[in-house]
Amino acid sequence: MSALSLFVLVFGLATIAWIAARFRAARAVPLGEARAHSLPSYHGWYVALWLAIPALLFLSVWSVVSPGLVEQSVLSSSAAEALPASQIEREAILGEARALADGSLSAAFNEEARGLVPAYQQASGYYGMIGIVATLLLAFAGGAFAFLRIRPDFRARNRVERVVMWVLLIASLIAILTTVGIVASLLFETIRFFERVSVVEFIFGTQWSPQVADASGDEGSFGAIPLFWGTVLIGAIIAMIVAIPLGLMSAIYLTQYAAPRVRSVMKPVLEILAGVPTVVYGYFAALTVAPAVRDFAVTVLGISSASSESAIAAGVVMGVMIIPFVSSMADDSIAAVPGAMRDGSLAMGATNSETIKRVLVPAALPGIVGGVLLAVSRAIGETMIVVMAAGLAANLTVNPFESVTTVTVQIVQLLTGDQEFNSSKTLAAFALGLVLFIITLLLNIVALGVVKRFREAYE
Amino acid sequence: MNNVGKNMNDVIPSPVGREAPKDSVIAQETLKMKARNVDVFYADKQAIDDVSIDVGLENVVAFIGPSGCGKSTFLRCLNRMNDTIPIAKVTGEITLDGEDIYASDMDVVQLRARVGMVFQKPNPFPKSIFENVAYGPRIHGLAASKLDMDAIVEKSLRRAGLWEEVKDRLQDSGTALSGGQQQRLCIARAIAVDPEGILMDEPCSALDPIATAKIEELIHELRGRYAIVIVTHNMQQAARVSQRTAFFHLGTLVEYGDTSDLFTNPREERTKDYITGRYG
Repeated sequence: MSALSLFVLVFGLATIAWIAARFRAARAVPLGEARAHSLPSYHGWYVALWLAIPALLFLSVWSVVSPGLVEQSVLSSSAAEALPASQIEREAILGEARALADGSLSAAFNEEARGLVPAYQQASGYYGMIGIVATLLLAFAGGAFAFLRIRPDFRARNRVERVVMWVLLIASLIAILTTVGIVASLLFETIRFFERVSVVEFIFGTQWSPQVADASGDEGSFGAIPLFWGTVLIGAIIAMIVAIPLGLMSAIYLTQYAAPRVRSVMKPVLEILAGVPTVVYGYFAALTVAPAVRDFAVTVLGISSASSESAIAAGVVMGVMIIPFVSSMADDSIAAVPGAMRDGSLAMGATNSETIKRVLVPAALPGIVGGVLLAVSRAIGETMIVVMAAGLAANLTVNPFESVTTVTVQIVQLLTGDQEFNSSKTLAAFALGLVLFIITLLLNIVALGVVKRFREAYE
Repeated sequence: MNNVGKNMNDVIPSPVGREAPKDSVIAQETLKMKARNVDVFYADKQAIDDVSIDVGLENVVAFIGPSGCGKSTFLRCLNRMNDTIPIAKVTGEITLDGEDIYASDMDVVQLRARVGMVFQKPNPFPKSIFENVAYGPRIHGLAASKLDMDAIVEKSLRRAGLWEEVKDRLQDSGTALSGGQQQRLCIARAIAVDPEGILMDEPCSALDPIATAKIEELIHELRGRYAIVIVTHNMQQAARVSQRTAFFHLGTLVEYGDTSDLFTNPREERTKDYITGRYG
């Protein structure tokens, strides 16, 4: 019996237990007696949880442990004495024997593997049976223990509530632990990188050429300044020049001027913009905007060497992409300014736009700033548009018509394709990732702090 | 009072069965605002039904009545604050110094500079005390220089009885003041643009008795300089601060007369029931 069918079986048992316990609890209170402490369904949940949780916990632990036990018993069998001493060959033969034993492989390449099959089948049958029996025993024991506790004054409700609390706690811990794990893995690789390249050179160096690092040594090839400058130029400068005015103005229009019907159409449409995959923006940037920018640079500005990949093309498209972020945060915070403020200003004889400029926007400013910071942190983590429109050349330039590259693009560049995971090149990607993570984390903390202070001001 | 009945010719005949005309007349020389046959609709629902009222400089007018009777709605008609509610529709005639304020060539911005408003909940802007008072003069360009502005701010704060309390901290945030001070700041803000009338929508309902007493005192001092209309839930307050009182019920003006008469000798049964606390 596989783990899956066992799981289904335990689940079915729990359902039956739920029904039975509920029925019994409903009958447990004689007519005319005082009311039971908990509703029958709480008793049902209590029994079902007692039946399922210990059994399933055991099952999940067992499914991790038992393959090792099976392998050990196979190795200690007489057929295994003929195995080669080399670890790799042994693993290969054992893997083949396992596949033969469970039927996913029909013919063997190695004679030794065929010899191991009976031992495998025997061991896995043995441990499988232990697993089934123990799981069912635990299920029945747990269920019976809980079932016998059904009494009118038994506080099943409180216990079930506590289980609910634990389930929710575990669910929230999983997200946090994942984050911690990711940061830790970045951290270890980064430390390995900094054993080869100095931190100072990485952070303050202006030359980024990891391609030549293998040939000419690590020194002088891993200066990350051009990458961070490119990131800032595209994500924090050009994109924001586009997104802040457009987002803010659309938020002001939507909250202050638009008729309810116009708003009910325009706001969802604007939010759809946030749902467009970034690759689609990438096409748009690379195929439409970038050539147009190049033509503009060549014909109008007279830069004959203008490249078809430019910071401005990527930045502008990215700005369009984050308009919804800026506008929806600004919309929320303008709408959160008490209506009394607006009335107060209008009653002074201020016009609509004076009211917006002098009262609403200043009052909503912290919320707007928070939204902009969140948008920046999103923009500097963005990859696709830049890969497609801004190029890969790590130029340190302020000319927006030149090709630049960003941190995320370089990470992609360093890690795609065949790479050995031991070179400075690959490790550099982790260091870049960590620095980027720290920057966006700080931006998010500041942004959330600002937004929180703003909320407190009006509550 | 002595003015009542002097100018019968000023009155538009009202529909049959209404008794407003005689009371709604006040002396021509101090007459500031005049409302005739005003109806207000919120979408299809009628909130105000045929209200006619005169407001003069000499008399503070109080609007009383149970919640939802339309007194605030009518107050907001007097400086067209109902314009900010898209579904509201106002018909009838309201004049300020004889000008129809709902005429198509009336500039709402100008009107609101002439008729200011103080709200139920103090609503200072999240700016400094100085900037709160300077807000109106700034947007209407009333101060030619920084010195002018300082003078306007000081004068307004003095009139609102707040100067002594805040003169040393004009740069502090207006929202950091106490509730009563905030409300006086709002009054200072309203009088800084030198309006002709001030509409007060339950200005004391969020304040404690001491702050309320200060605002009431202030209303006494402002009387004669500005046409003042105050909406209140508190009948003692209406009796203390106003010379004339209008009783609203279910969107209609039931009775309008001298405050002393209305409270001691109401002509309408409904007024009597309300002021004796039988409903409302």
